[in-house]
Amino acid sequence: MYISVEKHKDNLLIQFKGELDHHSSEIVRQKIDQQYLDHGLKNIILDLRGLTFMDSSGIGLIMGRYKNCLEKKGKMSIVNDNPHVDKILKMSGLLKIINVYPTIESAIENI
Amino acid sequence: MEKNYMKLEFLSKSSNESFARVVVAAFASQLDPTLEELSDIKTAVSEAVTNAIIHGYEYGEGIITLEAKIIDNEIEILVEDKGMGIADIKQAMEPFYTSKPNLERSGMGFTVMETFMDSLEIESKKGEGTKVRMRKKFNSLTSKE
Repeated sequence: MYISVEKHKDNLLIQFKGELDHHSSEIVRQKIDQQYLDHGLKNIILDLRGLTFMDSSGIGLIMGRYKNCLEKKGKMSIVNDNPHVDKILKMSGLLKIINVYPTIESAIENI
Repeated sequence: MEKNYMKLEFLSKSSNESFARVVVAAFASQLDPTLEELSDIKTAVSEAVTNAIIHGYEYGEGIITLEAKIIDNEIEILVEDKGMGIADIKQAMEPFYTSKPNLERSGMGFTVMETFMDSLEIESKKGEGTKVRMRKKFNSLTSKE
């Protein structure tokens, strides 16, 4: 699993590459939280297009980051075009509270 | 009737989660599954193995047994641990229920297994371990026949 974490104004953009499971989610969570909290950022954009696998550990990871966002009065958006990831996101009910966009640009515009 | 069988034992380490799902996917590939079917069984196996590591052995060291059986166009997968067992299976299967809320678990593991597979059976005894048996029929072979 490889993630890149970038700051865009008060947004944190995280791009995932590889497989997001229980094993990889621990380190990913630490990386995201450190950047988000240390820099006092507001919104989080998760680009999941590079994921080749995600299970419910990914859902737990997203839920946890979403709660952090709410505490900072920020918003969370997801960028995705992967049908497998979409299936599990739909199942979790997360799509009722988090918007999904096809590109990073559209996610940033609408946040 | 086409039959095949495999059995694998490995340590309850989280780095083996991807190992387990890749093994099952490779074994299932002889059924010529679609990408979606393959990703469904990989996800279900990942959930069962993760449960064994986090809940069965509570991050301690133990052996997880993974078995897969192919009968015609159906695969049956068994994930077994000799860990602590589940006290209340009904409660454990409720969507979003987690016995470890401090770990940021989604509580969706069994729901994912149920949704992505055709059937799910759980046998568990406190202090003795848990067996998770899942079955899925692949449509790709039947449609060719």
